[in-house]
Amino acid sequence: MKPPPFEYHAPRSVAEAMEVLAAAGPEGKVLAGGQSLIPLLNMRLAAPGHLVDVNRLTGLDTVEVEPGGVRVGALARHARVERSAGAAAAQPLLRQALRLVAHPVIRNRGTVVGSLVHADPAAELPAVLALLGGSVRLARPGAVRDVPAAGFFTGPLESAAEPGELALSAFFPALGPRCGTAFHEVARRHGDYALAGVAALVRLDDGLRVTTARAVCVSAGPVPVVVDVTGHACADGWAAAARDVAKRVEPEDDIHASAAYRRHLTGVLAERALREAAASAAGDVGTRR
Amino acid sequence: MTTRLFGEPVPRREDPRLLTGRGRYLDDLGAGALEAAFVRSPHAHARILDIDVSAAIEVEGLVAIYTWEDLPEEVGAPLPLLIPHPALTHGRTARPLARDVVRHVGEPVVMVVARDRYLAEDACALIRVDYEPAEAVVGVETATRSARLVHDDVPGNVGAHLVQEVPSAAGLGAREAIDAAPHTLSFRLDIERSASMPLEGRGVYARWDADDRSLRIYSSTQTSTSVRMAVAARLGLPLTKVEVIAPDVGGGFGVKIVHPWPEEVLVPWAAMLLGREVKWTEDRREHFVSSAHERAQVQHVRVGFDDAGRVLGLDVTILHDHGAYTPYGIIVPIITATQLPGPYRIGAYRVEFSSVYTNTVQVTPYRGAGRPQAAFCMERTMDRIAAHLGLDRTAVREANFIQPDEFPYDQGLTFQDGRPLIYDSGDYPESLRMLKELIGWDSFGELRARAAAEGRRLGIGLGCYVEGTGVGPYEGGHVQITSDGRVHVSTGLTSQGQGHETAFAQIAAAELGVPLERVSVVTGDTRRFGYAVGTFASRAAVMSGNAIALACRRVREKALRIAADALEADPGDLEIVDGEVRVAGTPGVAVPLATVAVLANPLRYAFDAEAARATQFAGTPSPDRPPVAEGEEPGLEGRDYYSPVRSTFASGMHAAIVETDPLTAEIRVLRYAVVHDCGNLVNPMIVEGQIHGGVAQGVGGALYERMVYDEHGQLLNASFMDFLMPYVTEVPRIETAHLRTPSPLNPLGIKGAGEAGVIPVSAVIASAVEDAEGIRIDRMPISPSELFDLRRAAG
Repeated sequence: MKPPPFEYHAPRSVAEAMEVLAAAGPEGKVLAGGQSLIPLLNMRLAAPGHLVDVNRLTGLDTVEVEPGGVRVGALARHARVERSAGAAAAQPLLRQALRLVAHPVIRNRGTVVGSLVHADPAAELPAVLALLGGSVRLARPGAVRDVPAAGFFTGPLESAAEPGELALSAFFPALGPRCGTAFHEVARRHGDYALAGVAALVRLDDGLRVTTARAVCVSAGPVPVVVDVTGHACADGWAAAARDVAKRVEPEDDIHASAAYRRHLTGVLAERALREAAASAAGDVGTRR
Repeated sequence: MTTRLFGEPVPRREDPRLLTGRGRYLDDLGAGALEAAFVRSPHAHARILDIDVSAAIEVEGLVAIYTWEDLPEEVGAPLPLLIPHPALTHGRTARPLARDVVRHVGEPVVMVVARDRYLAEDACALIRVDYEPAEAVVGVETATRSARLVHDDVPGNVGAHLVQEVPSAAGLGAREAIDAAPHTLSFRLDIERSASMPLEGRGVYARWDADDRSLRIYSSTQTSTSVRMAVAARLGLPLTKVEVIAPDVGGGFGVKIVHPWPEEVLVPWAAMLLGREVKWTEDRREHFVSSAHERAQVQHVRVGFDDAGRVLGLDVTILHDHGAYTPYGIIVPIITATQLPGPYRIGAYRVEFSSVYTNTVQVTPYRGAGRPQAAFCMERTMDRIAAHLGLDRTAVREANFIQPDEFPYDQGLTFQDGRPLIYDSGDYPESLRMLKELIGWDSFGELRARAAAEGRRLGIGLGCYVEGTGVGPYEGGHVQITSDGRVHVSTGLTSQGQGHETAFAQIAAAELGVPLERVSVVTGDTRRFGYAVGTFASRAAVMSGNAIALACRRVREKALRIAADALEADPGDLEIVDGEVRVAGTPGVAVPLATVAVLANPLRYAFDAEAARATQFAGTPSPDRPPVAEGEEPGLEGRDYYSPVRSTFASGMHAAIVETDPLTAEIRVLRYAVVHDCGNLVNPMIVEGQIHGGVAQGVGGALYERMVYDEHGQLLNASFMDFLMPYVTEVPRIETAHLRTPSPLNPLGIKGAGEAGVIPVSAVIASAVEDAEGIRIDRMPISPSELFDLRRAAG
């Protein structure tokens, strides 16, 4: 369990990092928190020719609350975002999700942007970005682009980030008025990747009627699965909405759980998450589990 | 004051060192050594056609590549079958490197030595091995039915078959007794594979001194003395030229008692050949596929009983999965078969097992060593009887208990040590009474009803076991008091975190009447003690604890004899308190043990103040007698051995309250209670720690851990990401109570405690989940997904 040979780069500026990455092309891999990449290297499941360690770059460990949302820099660790009061106030789902990400030791090192680029469909943060309709800012020498979440996650462990591109930041839209969020999951052990997990976003009008109800499911398919259940929620209530969510996922059997159980769990968790999000939107915080 | 050390909850003296990163584990040693890595088989069953190392030779920093063909005959021969048994008619062991056939994924094929482990792995990746894959045999039932063979010369894949039968008092065989019983039940039980999984894997580091022609080996082992003998034999070295040291060892749990491992032969051999230090540190993936697993069994049970639930006849047939090889013989299934009756008087008992080869990692003892399977079988049976008769589960157990006045109780079986299985002491009814009180068994109905009113689902379960501990043949202890007053204790068996530095020091301090701080303990170092068996089978405290006590008594006797001369007193009037030999009842008339140590050695160069001072007590030696009298030895030291006539039997009973989520099927252990009887306690804090760790592993085996092999013999979860060991968040708080029925077999009256915690946990959790759900639980571990399936099947 030692990595295969690679060339190690530790650029001192974003410009230098982009140059090195551009030169490395498909052989380049960015090392930020390393919580997924290092095990992949040690198990020789990944063998990039060039490892570009961005940890010495300055100005990327930022959590900025902007009027429309929260912008998280490429070197902001999970723990830092989790503890940011401003981020939690602007978009509570960030903290709700980050508490479910692995363990404190991993959150101390792993980065939010790294988790997004890694694009694991079992991970919480890609689901959050997808549910909120956020975006990821990618850069290469002379070009910066923002890729919306809907187009960013392209497959299991595959994102729209192209060889030679460096992810600079991610943007999570703020929670609107009369909106609520919740994240529920079931894992085999505390901190494990969830067997099933559902985050929900509910928006109400002034008469407390549901105007938007969306859920996103983790471990439910090749990419985070966003389901709009606004119609169901209005017509038949949360239980029916949750049943709809459960129907829309495509879980698979694995050594930890059957697909049928994951689908069942998704339904149970969707109802919990939607109800809690709605209660939160209505200003009733007493119903949190 | 010092004499109260025995039985006190003294904090573990090794903990500050181990908990602050100052432990010295195998990989902390040999910083400049060459490192080894292995090419291991990716196939569960295949013939090796060709090995091409040409690309690997180009790797910079490569030192050597070895295949089986490079090994001398003695090195390349099959590894020893450590414990043969007449029933093991087809015992098979692996060669250190595969010769022509590989029989499980992970079997070593090529050894690479390089400047460091990175380069060694780079070279491994470039070695091409051509295999002709054969179909794999996976699962015991497949193995017995299949025409495919793991070993060509082992028909039916059955390595061993053993029947033991104990007829009833009236002379009925078990099958007759069952047929004649008022009630009978028959059913099948399944237990899956798990493994020891010590935090530190295996590891070997060897240094060859070419001038001295001597070899020093450090190994992360549970038996340094036996590694020494095995390696000396394989490498053709005189025993006196081989030293083996177990440094700090980060857990063993059974897997490190197997010896010699292939790497324990190959790494020293390479060190000798190359004239360089060589080290190999096992990584986690290697540990999953190249060490050992345990537990997997299928059990078919038939039981006959009367209206009170008394077992009149019990007939158990076990299929035991032995994996690809049997280096440790059939100890595991023998223990299952013989410990199955537990604390019960079984009318007539018949047990039969077949030990079956499969193309999977070999099976050797893991903490509990066959007993968790035994307890699962017996306790599931007790619960079935209770359900059938509509009786309380504890009532059925009470009806079957061996009574306190029946000890010594002969179960009529032959135990793992080849000796009669005779329980030495115990009080099972009292143990159950204590357990019921601790968990609140009789008031659980109210708790369940209150929870049900809130939509919550609770269940309670229990499990009992008896554990043979402290198997022989012997351990020894050596105790030396030096002229600085320090007490040096050594014993040959090893430590893997058990707290021996504390417990053995407590025994020595209490026996010698010295403060604990003056006592130091060395274990697992063949330079200090050459004869030992090892640390396994809950035997260290019983075996070495008693041996050290006996050695201390020799030293004490000598100290009193010498002090009596010096003080001109009768040895019978002397006592040792706080490191001073005193005339009891006469304050001020005393001599420190440091001085006694000086007096014990007629060579009195005044190296230190103590020696100089001692001369005034020396008196005038008789010119007609030699300075060292006949029958005496210089120095204040003693050595003794403890060799028991047979094992001593500890026991315990566990109960748990679990909650099952009606929607998600998650299973949570709310309370876990343990009543434990290991006779006299050397250190109750250490015993409780052992129980806590054991229960944690038991929870793993009950709810989380399994080795998932596919039909091709690939282990699908060979990492800590997918092999789920419980975190501290999954382990309940453990409530304990101690019952003490001292063993009459040894001077200290103690029984082993190392494996106790793990043994009944699967049985207890199964009992509690079954109680919560009203669904029969026949296989463990159980996951939420499986409980979900069981609920759906039950409609």
